[in-house]
Parts: sequence; structure tokens; C-alpha cells
Amino acid sequence: MAPFVPRKKLQVEPANPKRVAAPLADTKLIRKPKLGTSRPRKKDIPEGLWTKCTKCGTMIYDKELDENLKVCMHCGYHFQISARERINALVETCSFEEMDASMTSVDILNFKGVASYTEKLKQYQQSTGSKDAVVTGICLIGPYRVGLGVMDFNFLGGSMGTVVGEKLTRLIETCTDRALPLIIISASGGARMYEGMFSLMQMAKTSAALAYHARNRLPYISVLTHPTTAGVMASFASLGDLILAEPGAMIGFAGPRVIKDTTQAELPPGFQTAEFLQQHGLIDDIVPRGEMKQRLINYLGFLTGN
Amino acid sequence: MKNYLDFEKPIVELQRKLDELRKQSETHPLNISLSEEIAQIEKKIAETRRQVFASLTPWQRVQLARHPRRPYALDYLRATFTGFHELHGDRLFGDDRAIVGGFARLEGERVMVIGTQKGRDTKENILRNFGSAHPEGYRKALRLMRLADKFGLPIITLIDTAGAYPGVGAEERHIAEAIAVNLREMTLLGVPIIAVVLGEGGSGGALGIGVADRILILENAYYSVISPEGCAAILWKDRTAAPIAAEALRITARDLLELKLVDEIVPEPLGGAHNDPQIMTETLKVYLIRHLHEVQALSTEDRLKKRYERYRACGHFQEAPSVMAVSVGSSQPTTDQEQPLAVKAGNGEP
Repeated sequence: MAPFVPRKKLQVEPANPKRVAAPLADTKLIRKPKLGTSRPRKKDIPEGLWTKCTKCGTMIYDKELDENLKVCMHCGYHFQISARERINALVETCSFEEMDASMTSVDILNFKGVASYTEKLKQYQQSTGSKDAVVTGICLIGPYRVGLGVMDFNFLGGSMGTVVGEKLTRLIETCTDRALPLIIISASGGARMYEGMFSLMQMAKTSAALAYHARNRLPYISVLTHPTTAGVMASFASLGDLILAEPGAMIGFAGPRVIKDTTQAELPPGFQTAEFLQQHGLIDDIVPRGEMKQRLINYLGFLTGN
Repeated sequence: MKNYLDFEKPIVELQRKLDELRKQSETHPLNISLSEEIAQIEKKIAETRRQVFASLTPWQRVQLARHPRRPYALDYLRATFTGFHELHGDRLFGDDRAIVGGFARLEGERVMVIGTQKGRDTKENILRNFGSAHPEGYRKALRLMRLADKFGLPIITLIDTAGAYPGVGAEERHIAEAIAVNLREMTLLGVPIIAVVLGEGGSGGALGIGVADRILILENAYYSVISPEGCAAILWKDRTAAPIAAEALRITARDLLELKLVDEIVPEPLGGAHNDPQIMTETLKVYLIRHLHEVQALSTEDRLKKRYERYRACGHFQEAPSVMAVSVGSSQPTTDQEQPLAVKAGNGEP
């Protein structure tokens, strides 16, 4: 259903004096202002119907985009996708048993920032409908029962605080106990500042749990999506037996701006993209979203000998 | 380089005056004794120092942790330990001088010591990359730790780094993986591991050699998920808000002990570690020996179990009783059914 859109939103500021005045300076005739080329189209179109591709600029019908797992049909650009949508796309219908769905973060440091942590949490819980930045559970992917953890970048930048660390650790431990393969799909800006050192310790906690999962010779596949950086990249995301990435995903340890500021050097083209990582031998393969499920099924089968 | 901090200025000025007086009394033609004045100033210095250091803010402690005259890992390796033999290289790419490591003895006992090392002057700082390691540093550390594990040598890590190096080469050689692998592998090393935060505990770069059975921290050191400046830049959009961020992040030794994230604070001499390095290195020795003996008393199995539980218990969260309760990991029986909506402190687990 198309929501009501106020009239001014539909028009491309025809009365904007600047737009009319600009051509005056170098042309003789007053041209009609061009309609909507320089402004982001999204604002001009009723929301929830069309999306303009960030990369190629093509207008895509939202329903088609959703059906294509939020990948542009024209250029293959991978849009962000929520944890729930991703799970829907990967697991067999009705097979997902979610774990720790009710776990929420606590402002243990009583963080005195510009905005209070509690407020931030509330705000993101409302806007995303999720309790925190990861969804975990046991499910079937193809014929294989696996532990699946999916991070949600829309929740506070997918940052890892105690809840993310705890939920993932419980997932890993469950997989170890039940001898299940593990898949974690990451999307994160790193450790969550609001929980201070507790967030940093989640890196050690998840990695420690993975140490025991690995010791039991159970497969772990890490999937890196846009963006996966910092504390998450420097812990569980880099520890997969197999590490796959989505095309174009930004992946790295330090942020590009920090690197630029520190080194005062130009960054190489394509720096910290999935393609860059593959070129440097840091990941196993780049897998488009549409092929991910089949690829995971293949690997799970191969690693478990089925 | 100015080698004192702003809040140390009154002390430094008094010290200068004192030095002047001493010189005068030595060279004075009339040989007038200035001992009374000297004694007075000495008293005043002690008093000022007590006052200044009695009420340090978190930001002042951060500055102390970064003090250019603060003892670094190699200073401890020379004084706290004996017979240090440095071992070089990761056998893969290079020798990262920002991390030093090798055999040493602690009160006669054979140990492996690994530490991040800052430079004392510009030239050494270039060599040491200001104490910020590349992937090679973390891989060298792991190589040495595996060597220690093979030969039953306890591992002592000395942490003093602003963080792992954010550079193109570091990314190309996968610094994230180097740190992650260390976190995983240190969990399983059978030998005792003791980590000490000497000065700066800079995020993942510190944690990369910081997984341990015991974590000690010097009184004026800090350990943080992000530098106060970095946090200020992101949350306050202003790097100069670093002092506020330093407070909000709760990164001082006392905060971390209160939050049960470290085991013990190693006291520094009045005026900070740099004010009396000899006392500092001796104090650390006493603490290290005690903790090492305690950890050594455990069987390997118990030690690894405790090490795991230590990290397993980190963090606080809230959970409501779930309808579809799924039983999870054996190492931590959940009590969510009995304590609906209870804030769970990791350390208080049954």
C-alpha cells in the first residue's frame, strides 16, 4: 500500500531559486529546471515502492529487490539486509529455533555520553524491532542441522557488546555440545564502546569458545558481509575454517579514515573490499548472496562427509 | 620533547629550584650552608606530590600511562627479570620491533616474556613504531608462546601499547587474523600465562597478547576498548572531549578492579612509575612471583578450565524467561527460569 505522501515531497523543488539562477550565468535562455537528476531519488518517490541502486543508479521495484535478496538485478550491488531477512533466505522453512531471543543489554558502566546508552538501546530496539545486534539459533540449511548466528548492522552499527558476545558464545557452546557445524554471518563496526572493557572481553570470550569448537573438529564457516571491521574482525569473524565474503563488502581491522590519518598516505584502490582481501589471500572465496545458501550446503556436506 | 606532564609542573619547578640551590651551596664562594632551605623545599616537593597524586582524574592517569619517562617492557626485562635473551622474528615475514620477547628468569625460574615496546626517543620510536605492532608482532608472540608451551615455560606478557598499528601493510597482512588467532590459541596453551598492563592497554592490540590466567595492572595504567580520543571523536564528535570519554569508559586500574576485569593492581611509587623505576620494577617482581606460584599450583586441566571461565563470565546482560527455552552450553548452567529479568553478573554465576 502506498502511504500518503505530501505534495512537496513528490515535486522536485521547481521553485528553488538556486536551481533556476545557476544556468542564467552561462546560458542565454532560461532553461526549465531539469527534473530530479541531482537529488537522491529516494526522497521523491513514495517510500516502500522503489529504491535507487547506490552503485548503478537504476530504479528498482522494491518487491523485486526483496525477491532478489536485496541485490541489484542490474549491477549486482549488495544492499544491506536485516538479520531476519537473511535467516529467511538461508534456512529451511520453520526450522529456525531461536536462542536467547529475550536477552538485552544493560548499561553496566552507567555510561555518561552525549546520549545515554539506555536511550540508544531503546531507540534501536524500536527502529529495528530487534533486541540487540545478533540473532542466533539452531536450524536446518539444506539437509544439515547447524548453529547459525546472524549479525544486524542496523542495530547500533552491529556493535558487539555483552549480549552479542554472550549469545554467540552460547551458540558456539551449543554447537560444541551437540557436535553441530557453525555458521556466523558478520556485519559489525566492532566492539561496542558503551560497555567499555566488557565489550573488548567478548572478543576473547567468543574466540575461546571457538577454540573448543575447533578442538572437537567441528566445521565453522565465517561469512563476512558489508561491513565487518575492528573487534569482530579481530575475533570470531577471522577464525572460520572457511571464510567467505559477499561481493563489495568492506572488511578490515582499522577504519580507512584512521589509517589515512595515521599514515598520511593514499590508500590503494579497492582497499579493504572483499575483492582486495581475496587478492591478498585473506579469504577463501567471494560468494554472491543469491548463491550463498547452495554454497554453504556444498561445504557443509563436504566437511561432514555427506 | 617535554618530559613532564602539565599537572606535574609544580613538582618539576620545585625540583628545579632545589637543584639550583644544591648547585649554589656547592659553589658558593662564602660557603654559606643552604641546607635549611634545601630541606624546606624537599618537604614542599613531597607535600605537593602527595597532593597532586592523591586525586588524579582518569585523564591524568591516561597521561601518566603515556608518560615519556615511564618504564617500558625492556626496562622491566632488565630489572624485574634476569638473563633476558631476545628472540626475533615470526619466521614468516619479518621481525616486528614493537613486540619484544624471549627467554628470561624470574627469581631463577625459567619464563618466556613477551611485551610491547615503545621507543624512548624519536629514533627508537621509529624502530619500535611507537609501540604499535604489525601482524608480524602478534605472530612472533604466538610463535614464542607455542615454544614456551612446548617446553613448559610460564608466559608473562607485558602490555604497553596504544593499539595495533592501523596501516595499509598491516591490513594487507591481516592484522585482524593475527590477533584473533592469538585470542583462540592462548585459550588452549597449557602453561600458566600472566598478563600485566604496564602503561597503555590499547584495545585489540593489547588483548592480542593479553589472554591470561591472571591480569595485573599498574596503578596508573589504563586498559580500554578504544582510546579516549577515538571514543570522543565518535561519540562527542570532538577529540578534545577525551577527558570526559576517559571517565565514561571506566578504564583506570581501580575501575577495572571494581568491575572484576583485572585481578590485582600493582601499586606505583608516589609520583608514578617513572618517579622511581627501581621500586617499580622490584614491586612488579614480588607480584609476579606470587601470582605465578598461585597459577602454577593448579593442574593444567584446572588452569585451562579457570581461564575459560574467566572470559566466559565477562559481561552483564538481562534476560526474561523465554517460552522456548533452549538448554545451552554445559559450562554455564542458566538460571533464567528462577531469576526472571535479573541482571546477571558474569562473575556471580553458580
